[in-house]
Amino acid sequence: MLNIKNLHAAVEGNAILKGINLNVKAGEVHAIMGPNGSGKSSLASVLAGREAYEVTDGSVEFEGKDLLDMSPEVRAREGVFLAFQYPVEIPGVSNINFLKTAVNEIRAYHGQPPMQAKAFLDMLKSKQKLMEFDANLMNRSLNEGFSGGEKKRNDIFQMAMLEPKLAIMDETDSGLDIDALRVVSAGVNKLRSKDNAFIIITHYQRLLEYIVPDFVHVLYNGRIVKSGTKELALELEEKGYDWLKEDIRLEEPVQ
Amino acid sequence: MTTIASNISSSLYDTLPDQFSTLNAGAQWPEARKEAFARFQALGGFPTVKVEDWKYTNVIPFFRNLQTLQLPAPIAVTEAQLEATGLLLPDVYRIVLLNGELQPQLSELPPAKQATVLKMSDAAAEPAFKAHFNNSKKLAEHHFAQLNTAFFTNGLFIEAKAKAQVEKPLHVIHLYHNTNSLLVNPRHLWVAQEGAGIQIIESAAGIDQNGAMVVNSVIEAVTAERSQMSHYQVQTGGSQLRSINQTLVQQHGKSLYNNYTFTLSESELVRNNLNVSLDDERTETHLYGFYIATGGQLVDNHTSVDHRMPNCESNELYRGVLMDKATGVFNGKIFVHEDAQKTNAFQQNNNLVISPEANIYTKPQLEIFADDVKCSHGTTIGQVSEEALFYLKARGIGDAMARSMLVKAFAFDITAQVKIPAVRKQVEQVATRYLSAAVNN
Repeated sequence: MLNIKNLHAAVEGNAILKGINLNVKAGEVHAIMGPNGSGKSSLASVLAGREAYEVTDGSVEFEGKDLLDMSPEVRAREGVFLAFQYPVEIPGVSNINFLKTAVNEIRAYHGQPPMQAKAFLDMLKSKQKLMEFDANLMNRSLNEGFSGGEKKRNDIFQMAMLEPKLAIMDETDSGLDIDALRVVSAGVNKLRSKDNAFIIITHYQRLLEYIVPDFVHVLYNGRIVKSGTKELALELEEKGYDWLKEDIRLEEPVQ
Repeated sequence: MTTIASNISSSLYDTLPDQFSTLNAGAQWPEARKEAFARFQALGGFPTVKVEDWKYTNVIPFFRNLQTLQLPAPIAVTEAQLEATGLLLPDVYRIVLLNGELQPQLSELPPAKQATVLKMSDAAAEPAFKAHFNNSKKLAEHHFAQLNTAFFTNGLFIEAKAKAQVEKPLHVIHLYHNTNSLLVNPRHLWVAQEGAGIQIIESAAGIDQNGAMVVNSVIEAVTAERSQMSHYQVQTGGSQLRSINQTLVQQHGKSLYNNYTFTLSESELVRNNLNVSLDDERTETHLYGFYIATGGQLVDNHTSVDHRMPNCESNELYRGVLMDKATGVFNGKIFVHEDAQKTNAFQQNNNLVISPEANIYTKPQLEIFADDVKCSHGTTIGQVSEEALFYLKARGIGDAMARSMLVKAFAFDITAQVKIPAVRKQVEQVATRYLSAAVNN
């Protein structure tokens, strides 16, 4: 589904990603962990198409197409979804209108007619139920005055509505209390299928107790320095990242 | 012959004193007119950009070629013409004026026990008229209010009766007609008596216009004790319908005055002077404004709120979208006088400047002479938030659509304050038309 090769990216001339290689297949859940400043969120931003990031080398293929050649909205329409670390508050745009617009823009891209009001509402209701999303939040302005947990749940609810092929979750667990974490994780687990894939970016192993990954990668200094299965996450939780840094230093060529 | 403004040499300017004596021969209120004209001359005639309050708004070019103050012969306006303005609203008392003259055949007045509606020329004997006409504080400061007093032709007297709740909103439709370039001076006096409640919606449209026109209007409004007045000024109209509007409000104890000023027109010049004087305790005032300026338009809002007595609350929120080569001006003054302890006064002005060639001059001013008050003011000038734009795009929404949603959201924060659904709908439709055109450029 997603094939990242030797990806290099920079912000304002500073190299942030220094050669990422990652292959994600349908049905897989990949966790990306790593210390602060290692490039985790940058990877999410580059994949979603944030303008501030300049790709300096490498390639990203999504379903056989060049992802880097697409605008952010086209990426979303092709099936890439970014769950934001900090979902944005937009006063004056109602949640429901926003979702309807998004759904219909994606449909138009695929040559489908706009959804009928009734069909849209039915879909909305069934997804609300599935995601245990508070219906009262639907008519409010997008994320305005929502608690941190409500914002994250809203993002996951949007994911349920838009049914992406690849969801990238950028520290979705940050700022969540244990109950909200459970609800968000349960939502993600309900959306998992053999046809879609997830990249879960997180600091902590905690989230991975709820959303069990197939693979765990450690990002450090703009590169994936270690990959393994879910046991790697436990090891990291226990030992921290310092032992990895030691290993890497040993592997670096002597100047 | 006296020259009013030495940098102008146009017929109307140069002949104003002559016109004053000929046009006003036999007119009502000769003393008030004479005094006002003298005051207008003493203020220096038409204000130039050297006058602080007119620093960014040069009105001289708009007056340079005006030919006359003489109203054209009245025309018979048809129902179809009214319909064609697109301004009609359901469930209102429709009151149609043509160049300031009430058109009874096109109007439906509220029941007499709820409100009195008269031509100003027929209102002189009304006690409320005698008590409040030409009596507003700050009238003397305004060049154009003095010009209006000197030359006004007619207008609308409205009095909501004591304790009466006027059942439906009054929709005052100002139609303007001219056969050559014209300066028209409509004059209104609106009073809500003790405990009364009234909603007034104003709309404007040009009809069979030939040549440019400047409408220089004055509204004096008074809210007596415990009364409530909601005042919607929906400023629509074509490029030739320029306007300078003075709205002078005096609030008595425990009264509520809400003003909504929407400038959604093609007019090349709109200047609003809105002054609210809080003359007694425990009043409440809400001023909402939204303006869109496109092309080479100049939209200028000057507001002032005078807190003169304790325990009053005022809240002001103005927003604007500036596009093309348009210019916006906002000047908001809040004065908290020495006696006005426990004042709550808030003011905010936000501007979206969409085009690199558009300008906004904004100046919030707060002057406090009392020591126990809560006041805040602020102003912002900016573009659409990049972060919000990215969020929408990341959900599949295209660039143009996303921008349009964000600009509308900025505007509709204000229109959401409108309490009459049909007005809100109309204003949002007109705003959407302008905003869509802008965003898709």
